Amino acid sequence: MSAEQLMMFTLVLPLLGGVGVLLTGRSPNLREAVTLLTAGVTAILVLMIAGRFLAGETFIYSLGEPVAGIAIAFRIEASGMIFALVAGLLWIVTSIYAIGYMRGHNEKNQTRFYTAFAIAISCALGIAFSANLFTLFLFYELLTLSTYPLVAHSGTAEAKRGGRVYLGLLLGTSIGLLLLAILITWLAAGTVEFQDGGVLAGKFDPAWAGLLYALFLFGIGKAALMPFHRWLPAAMVAPTPVSALLHAVAVVKAGVFTLFKVTSQIFGSAYILSNDVTGVLVWAAALTILLASLVAMTKDNLKARLAYSTVSQLSYIAMGAMLASKTALIGASMHIAMHAFSKITLFFAAGAIFVATHKKLVSELDGLGRAMPITFGAFFIGTLSIIGLPPFGGLWSKWYLASGAVETGQMLLLGVLMISTLLNIVYLLPIPIRAFFAKPAEGVHYGEVREAPKTILLAMLITSSACIALFFYPDSLYRLATMAAGGF
Amino acid sequence: MMQGHTSLLLVVLPLIFAPITAVLPRGRLTWLATMAVTSICAVLAGMQLMMVIDGGVISYELGGWAPPWGIEYRIDSLNAFMALIVAIIAAVTLPYALLSVEKEIPERQVPLFYSAFLLCFTGLLGITQTGDIFNLFVFLEISSLSSYALISLGRRRQALTSAYQYLIMGTIGATFFLIGVGLIYSETGTLNMMDLAARLPGVADLRTTQTGFAFIMIGFALKLALFPLHLWLPNAYAYAPSVITVFLAATATKVALYVMLRVLYTIFPEGVVAATPTGDLFILSGMFGIISASVYAVYQANVKRLLAYSSVAQIGYMALGIGLGSATSVMASIVHLFNHALMKGALFMAVGALIYRIGSSRVENIRGLGRQMPWTFGAIIIGGLSLIGVPGTAGFISKWYLVLAALEQQIWLVVAVILAGSLIAVVYVGKVIEALYYKPPVEDNISVKEAPMLLLLPTWALVLANVYFGLDTGLSVGMAEHAVETLGIIAK
Repeated sequence: MSAEQLMMFTLVLPLLGGVGVLLTGRSPNLREAVTLLTAGVTAILVLMIAGRFLAGETFIYSLGEPVAGIAIAFRIEASGMIFALVAGLLWIVTSIYAIGYMRGHNEKNQTRFYTAFAIAISCALGIAFSANLFTLFLFYELLTLSTYPLVAHSGTAEAKRGGRVYLGLLLGTSIGLLLLAILITWLAAGTVEFQDGGVLAGKFDPAWAGLLYALFLFGIGKAALMPFHRWLPAAMVAPTPVSALLHAVAVVKAGVFTLFKVTSQIFGSAYILSNDVTGVLVWAAALTILLASLVAMTKDNLKARLAYSTVSQLSYIAMGAMLASKTALIGASMHIAMHAFSKITLFFAAGAIFVATHKKLVSELDGLGRAMPITFGAFFIGTLSIIGLPPFGGLWSKWYLASGAVETGQMLLLGVLMISTLLNIVYLLPIPIRAFFAKPAEGVHYGEVREAPKTILLAMLITSSACIALFFYPDSLYRLATMAAGGF
Repeated sequence: MMQGHTSLLLVVLPLIFAPITAVLPRGRLTWLATMAVTSICAVLAGMQLMMVIDGGVISYELGGWAPPWGIEYRIDSLNAFMALIVAIIAAVTLPYALLSVEKEIPERQVPLFYSAFLLCFTGLLGITQTGDIFNLFVFLEISSLSSYALISLGRRRQALTSAYQYLIMGTIGATFFLIGVGLIYSETGTLNMMDLAARLPGVADLRTTQTGFAFIMIGFALKLALFPLHLWLPNAYAYAPSVITVFLAATATKVALYVMLRVLYTIFPEGVVAATPTGDLFILSGMFGIISASVYAVYQANVKRLLAYSSVAQIGYMALGIGLGSATSVMASIVHLFNHALMKGALFMAVGALIYRIGSSRVENIRGLGRQMPWTFGAIIIGGLSLIGVPGTAGFISKWYLVLAALEQQIWLVVAVILAGSLIAVVYVGKVIEALYYKPPVEDNISVKEAPMLLLLPTWALVLANVYFGLDTGLSVGMAEHAVETLGIIAK
């Protein structure tokens, strides 16, 4: 297959899978086979693209121009490759997991669930491969819309409320602020194409650049910067596979990825650094890191705690992007992948606990570790990787982020990173430790509790091993991250 | 000469067939005749557009009397585009009409219904074709009178009062227009638009001319339902038969907007308009219209009324485009005029399908129908997304250009209002979708099935057009650019 064909086929494949799921909805086994097959082939295709991309091939394709001068066009570059790899590889794992979860939990409307899921993946890949802001915006909105049925899946009053917050905040910020920012960029630069080194330099008055960046920063609601983070905890009413893949990986990473692209390829890091565009704004990210961690400590609901942890971790990436130095950008794009693998492991474990015991609260988990050693083992690994300890992948990205802070002389931000690490330990580590070592509450016996279904365990094993593997073999990721940061 | 005959046929054909359908025997024959006429007109309008697309002008002298004494039909790319919109919408509406009309209109009135429909169609096409301002008034009255009759055929008794309300307001509007035309005639001694354009600069400073201008604008603002002269519209749309709501929402206000553009840019010289606060008034009324009508839409309990208020808001967007007065903004207005015809056409058709099944469009009655009528539901979702302006739909394109035009002139308040309007649209579209999908169905509706194919196909034709024109804007934006060139608007 030629490069273009390969890229376009990969984009369309999940969509076709979604249609296949709809058509085979009557027979659950066949339907799940379609999902697994599509997800598997997607993963292989994304890997093939990555291989050929690293070998120096270019992937460019244009679908036509809806607005004069702006095409719906795709071009793969390094940071997009990282995001596509994360979304593409984790989809198959999540599909394996979802089958165990959805069946183990007897969820309704599973056909709709798998269809919307496949469409969402297609949108995420579209975002990853976008060649310009316009195309990115198109898929950004489609991703919001296609994940809405997943958030409101259960149809309860709580789910509907969650869905409303989700849709309201994400559409509101994107139409109200992001679209405006894109239009201003178009008007000023005459292009919204992603280019290395940015398009605004020399075309946009630096005095206003901070304001424009703020429009982007808060307009990209998916990056969940405070005060526009509420949709993420609200989205936790969704079934756990959704929270795991979409609200720890695909959707939120789409947000920070967009921010990363805007920073490196619309503004350009030189423009940002020389005009001090983000000097103040970076503190919005720093505050989010700390505040979200503090909120996470107060949450007893496990998924809510993980959600706030995600809010905090996303701002690591936003902060890295805003520091805009090469090392910081490397750290930011690596963190997209590292956090994805760690956090999905945690969500998988949370879902496994829920399926096996129907427990949602952190305070109910004391002593459960002995009954579910694999689940809590995976949770433990995910925790350590989030904290950033060796031998887990999370170490690398934190390392580069911290170096970036030092490099740009932002010692206070380094302090923020360190404090946040401590907070991670406080709100995450007690969960596996108490599960293993604390005694169950009075009158509770876990004699009959068994591990969750095998597919769930398999998925957790894959992602937690990946956390370790990424520590020992970060080379390819590092290469991509360096390319994304503008150097080779 | 053949060219001119095409333009004449467009008006004459439906006019001749209007009385013929009235006397045809009952049954589906009347429908078939109307269907044939509208389809032929759509083809003719397409041919006409092809003739003028490269910048040419068709001039046809009625009865061989040379203008300015005789009536002239003068077609440039703007008229041709408008005529095509009207004709295409009619041609798409007609297949839909068969079942919907059989359900909603008493059998003995069906031939009269189609007769009135053809008259209304004649009037709207005539307005777009003519180059004579008095002739335009005649066609305006033809279309208005027939639409009062059509609206009053609605199933509920409120249809009568809303038709009456529309009649009063419409007549005031038409009278204002006529007064305006009279005043200008008294100064220039001509009714031909081209002739007027040539003579008006000489009399532009006279109080009479300016008063005439004001009367014409206000008169058509009433027909256009421009805020705050929109009060007739929600009732008229809500209680009219479904087919008529679709047709009027997609064409009538659009044609009124066309006349506004003609008067502002072809007939009156630049200086006259610029000396008046017209632009600011359009902007003001547009902004208030967008916000207040959108907010009203949120609180409506009847989906048709909700969409009607949304139409008032959308007219506000078009008014903004005219008010900003730059090449981009007027282009955005024309693009939105076209796109809005597509989205409201699709949405009112889908709602009509609901009415066809359950006989009501109230929010509490349509609960849960999304599951039973998935295709209708899908049409409402995509139409709604286009109304909000989600990228990938036609609605996004119009908002893109409109915001761009406002940004060019750095009028931030207008930018904020346009975006706020989109956000409120999220709320009212969301309200409909939520009712259709998440609420448990009303007991009487549990056995309701999907709407028949004949209703779904035209609906989906428009729905797909919404997506198509969101991705390929060659026709919509291309034609609007041509039209702006024709009107001679210079980039600001």
